[in-house]
Amino acid sequence: MHAIFGRLSLEAFPYHEPIVVATFVAVVLGGAALVAALTYFKLWGYLWKEWFTTVDHKRIGIMYMVLGLVMLLRGFADAVMMRLQQAIAFGGSEGYLNAHHYDQVFTAHGVIMIFFVAMPFVTGLMNYVVPLQIGARDVSFPFLNNFSFWMTVGGAALVMVSLFVGEFAQTGWLAYPPLSGLEASPATGVDYYIWALQVAGVGTTLSGINLVCTIIKMRAPGMTMMKMPVFTWTSLCTNVLIVASFPILTAALVLLSLDRYVGTNFFTNTLGGNPMMYVNLIWIWGHPEVYILILPCFGIFSEVTSTFSGKKLFGYTSMVYATVVITILSYLVWLHHFFTMGSGASVNSFFGITTMIISIPTGAKIFNWLFTMYRGRIRFELPMMWTVAFMLTFVIGGMTGVLLAVPPADFVLHNSLFLIAHFHNVIIGGVLFGLFAGIYYWFPKAFGFRLDPFWGKVSFWCWVIGFWVAFTPLYVLGLMGVTRRLRVFDDPSLQIWFLIAACGAALIAVGIGAFLLQIAVSVWKRHELRDVTGDPWDGRTLEWATSSPPPDYNFAFTPVIHDNDAWWDMKKRGYKRPMGGFKAIHMPSNTGTGVILAGLSVAFGFAMIWYIWWLAALSFIGILVVAIGHTFNYHRDFHIPADEVVQTENDRTRLLSGRV
Amino acid sequence: MSRYRVFAMLPLMAALSGCNLVVLNPSGDVASQQGNLVVISTLLMLLIIVPVMALTVLFAWRYRQSNTKARYEPEWDHSTQLELVIWAAPLLIIICLGALTYMGSHLLDPYRPIDRIAANRPVPPDAKPLEVDVVALDWKWLFLYPEYGIAAVNEVAAPVDRPIRFNITASTVMNSFYIPELAGQVYAMPGMRTQLHAVINKPGTYKGFSANYSGAGFSQMRFAFHGLDHAGFDKWVADVKAGGGSLDRNGYLQLEKPSVAEPVRRFATTDPALFKAVLGQCVDPAKTCTDNMGMGHGGQHGGGHGGVQGGVQGEHGSGHGEHGAAPQGQSIQGSAVPDAPLTGAGLPRPSNS
Repeated sequence: MHAIFGRLSLEAFPYHEPIVVATFVAVVLGGAALVAALTYFKLWGYLWKEWFTTVDHKRIGIMYMVLGLVMLLRGFADAVMMRLQQAIAFGGSEGYLNAHHYDQVFTAHGVIMIFFVAMPFVTGLMNYVVPLQIGARDVSFPFLNNFSFWMTVGGAALVMVSLFVGEFAQTGWLAYPPLSGLEASPATGVDYYIWALQVAGVGTTLSGINLVCTIIKMRAPGMTMMKMPVFTWTSLCTNVLIVASFPILTAALVLLSLDRYVGTNFFTNTLGGNPMMYVNLIWIWGHPEVYILILPCFGIFSEVTSTFSGKKLFGYTSMVYATVVITILSYLVWLHHFFTMGSGASVNSFFGITTMIISIPTGAKIFNWLFTMYRGRIRFELPMMWTVAFMLTFVIGGMTGVLLAVPPADFVLHNSLFLIAHFHNVIIGGVLFGLFAGIYYWFPKAFGFRLDPFWGKVSFWCWVIGFWVAFTPLYVLGLMGVTRRLRVFDDPSLQIWFLIAACGAALIAVGIGAFLLQIAVSVWKRHELRDVTGDPWDGRTLEWATSSPPPDYNFAFTPVIHDNDAWWDMKKRGYKRPMGGFKAIHMPSNTGTGVILAGLSVAFGFAMIWYIWWLAALSFIGILVVAIGHTFNYHRDFHIPADEVVQTENDRTRLLSGRV
Repeated sequence: MSRYRVFAMLPLMAALSGCNLVVLNPSGDVASQQGNLVVISTLLMLLIIVPVMALTVLFAWRYRQSNTKARYEPEWDHSTQLELVIWAAPLLIIICLGALTYMGSHLLDPYRPIDRIAANRPVPPDAKPLEVDVVALDWKWLFLYPEYGIAAVNEVAAPVDRPIRFNITASTVMNSFYIPELAGQVYAMPGMRTQLHAVINKPGTYKGFSANYSGAGFSQMRFAFHGLDHAGFDKWVADVKAGGGSLDRNGYLQLEKPSVAEPVRRFATTDPALFKAVLGQCVDPAKTCTDNMGMGHGGQHGGGHGGVQGGVQGEHGSGHGEHGAAPQGQSIQGSAVPDAPLTGAGLPRPSNS
C-alpha cells in the first residue's frame, strides 16, 4: 500500500471536520452542475479549442482574470472565517475553529490572495493590455504565455486540493523555518505550500520573461522607450522585477524542500543550519513582490487619471523615472520586515532609511496624478472613482508604512494588527482598487460593452467603506498591543473592535456580491451597454484604436507612433482607418501542450507531497517527453487569409457607421 | 514629548475613550520613547499627507466635468518649478524622518544598555542591571534569574526603576518576546541569543506574549510581567525560593514538551548551566552542543555587538582566522556578552558599565 499511495491514506481526508465536509459537498454539487451544464450545452469542444489551448494574449488575459476572481472568492471566504473567529473567541470561548483549522485558514488566505488573486489579476491585465498598447499582434512567445497561465492554474489547483486531501501549511504565508521544517511541521501542509508555489512560480517567471521581451522587442515603429504608455512602462518594470526576484523564491523553496526531503541542514536549528537565511531570502523576493503588484496599478491609475481628466499625464518623464527608481530601490529594503530579529542599529537604520526613500518617488507619483486632475475636465466614471478612492486611501497606508520603517517604532508595532492594517491598506487600497479601476476601464475593450454603472457604484461604495470599517479597528487594536494570527483572546474589552471589523468584512462581502451581480446584469443588458466605437472613454493610448473586442490580429496594419498618447495624437490629426490593401496575417496556432504540461506538473507536485515516488517519476518523465515532443511540433503557425481580414474590417466599418 | 502625545490623541479621544492604547502610553521608559517616536513620525508625515488629501478632494470637486467655469488646459503637462516642489517636499520630510530614524535606531537599540530610567533620570553609576534569561518554549515562557538561582514559567517580575537585561532564546521555533508596557519586541530564536534592555517605571501587572506566530498553542502563549517596588520584588524572590521546586536538566526536558496554556510555575533552584545548555541546544546530554560541533564560534565580530549569537557558527567559523580554528565552548554567555556599550554612533557612553 505504501508503495502505491505513499503517505496518502484515508486519514488524510478531513471527513471529521464538518466545515470542510460541507464545503466539499458544495464544491462537488457545484462542480457537477457546471460539468453537466457544459456537457449539455456541448461547450467542452468550444472551451478546449477556443480558450484552453489558445495562444491569443487577449484570451489568456481574460482567463487569468477569471482565475483571479475564482480564487478571490476562496481567499475572501478565508478572510470571513478569520473575522468571525476573532469576533467570537472571547472570554474563554474557543470560537468555532480549532488551532489546526484556523492556522491553515490564515496561511491559505495570505498565500491565495497574493499568489492566486493579486498575481493573476495583475498578470491578466498586463497580458491583455500591453500588446495592444504597443501595437503588437501578440506577445513574443505565445505558447509560453499559454503554458505560464496553466502553470499558475496548476499551483492554484494544488492549494485547492489541500482543502480536501490532507491539509495546508499552518505556518503563516511565508512559511518561516524552523516552524516549516520537518520537525515542527511533519505533515503535508508545508509540502502543498512548496509545490503549489513552485509550480505557479514557473508560470510567473516565464510570463515575466515573455512580457519583458514583448515590451523590449515588439513595440510599434516610432514608439521609443520614452513614448511608451505609462502602463507599459510600469509593466516593464514589474516584469523585470519578476524575472529578477522569483528565482530567489524558487531557490529558497528548493533549499527548504531539500531540508524536508533529503535531510540537508540549510535552515535547521543545528548542524550549521540557519533559519535567518531563509527569512532574508524570502524577503529579498517578498519585498520586490509587493512592488510587482503595485507598479502596474500605478500604471493603471496614470492611464485612468489622464483619460478621465481629458488631459495629458502631468510629468510623464518624472513618472517614468519614479517608476524606475522604485524598481531599483525595492531590492534595498527587504530587512525592514524583520528589524526585530536583532541586527544592529546601523543595519536597521540603513534599511529603515532606504525604505523611507521609496516614499519620495511614490509621493511624486501621487502629486503627478493630482496635477493631472488640476485644470482637467474630470468625468467621474467608475475607473476614476476608484482612482480618487485610491489616492485618499493609499496615502494613509503609505504613511503607516513609512512609520513602520522607523525601527524603534517597528519594535512596538511589528507583527501587530497595526501591521496587518497597514499592508491591507496598501494592498487593498492600492493594488485592489487599481485592479478594479483597470477592470472597469478595459472591460469594454475586452467584451464590447460597458459594465453596468449602478451595480458598479454599489460595489464601489461597499468596498471602500467596508475597507475602512474593517481595517481602522485593526489600526486601533495594533496600538493597543494586539498581535496578529491570534485565535483566542482573553481581554473582553477588545471584542467590540473585532465586531466592527467583522461588519466591515460583511460590507466588503456585499461589495463582492454586487460586483458579481454587476457582471451578470451587464451581460444581460449588453445590448444597451454596447460600445461600437472601440473607444468608449475617449481614450489616449493605442488599445483604443482598434475595435472592441479587438480582432484576433489586434491591428490590421501596425500603427506608426509619434506621441506617447498615440491614439489621442492620431485622433487629433484626423486619423482615417485604412479601408483597403489588407494582406494575410501570420499568426501562432493554438496548442494543448501547455495544458498537458501543467497537468503533469500538478501530478508531479501531488506525488511529491504524498511521497508517491512512482507517480513522481512517471509524471516527471512525462513532462520531459511532452516538452521535448513539443519541439517537434511544426504546425505552430498559420495565416489569417486576406479575405477574412477584409471581412472583419468591413464589419467594423459598418458598425462604426451605425449600419449594423 | 507628552505635549505632542496629547495633541496627537485629541481627535482620537472621543472614539477611543476607555480603550488603552498601550503602545502610545506605556509604563516603561523604553516603550515610552518608542511610542513618542510613533507619534512624532506620524505628525511629521501628516505635514504632507493632509495637504495631499485636501488637494485631492479639492481638485476632484473643482475640476469635475459639470463645473464648466473651471479652467481646462488639456495640453498642460509639465512645469519644472512644480516638479521640483513635488520631489523636494517629500524629500525634506524624509530627511527629517531619516535623521530621526538614525538617532532613534541607535538610541533605542535593544542591545544597548539603557542610560536613563526616565526622562532626566540617568541610571545611577552603581546600578547593576537585573539579568533575566528568557526561553520561549512550545508554548510557554521560561524565565531564569541567574542572580537569584530561581526560575518561573509564564511569570516574570522586576523591580521598578532598575534596568533589566533580558537574554532571549527559544527551544524549537521562532517567537517574539514582547511586553508592550515595557519595551518593543525582540525575536526569540533557537540556538541564538538576542537581548533586550529595558526598565519598568510604574508598579503593576502587565501582559506579555509572543508576537510571532509559532504554532498551535501560540494564542495562549502569554505571561504576566510584574513591575514591583523593591520590597515587593524581594518578597517575590523570597516567595519563589520558599515555594520549593527545582529545575534541572531533566525537569527542563519535561517542561520543554509542547503544552498549551501552561499555569504559572515557580522553581526555587535551577541548574546554573541550564541557559547556556539551552542556547547550545544540548540540555539533553546525549546531544552535542551546537557550539562544540567543530565549526568554531565567532564570538564578537567586527563592528557588530554580538547581535545574534550561538548558532550562527556556520558562516562565521571559517571566515575569521582569529576565531575560527578552535571551538569556543564557553563563549556563548561568557565573552560574547556585549558589556561594552555602543559608542560608534556618536552617542554618549552609558554610565552604568
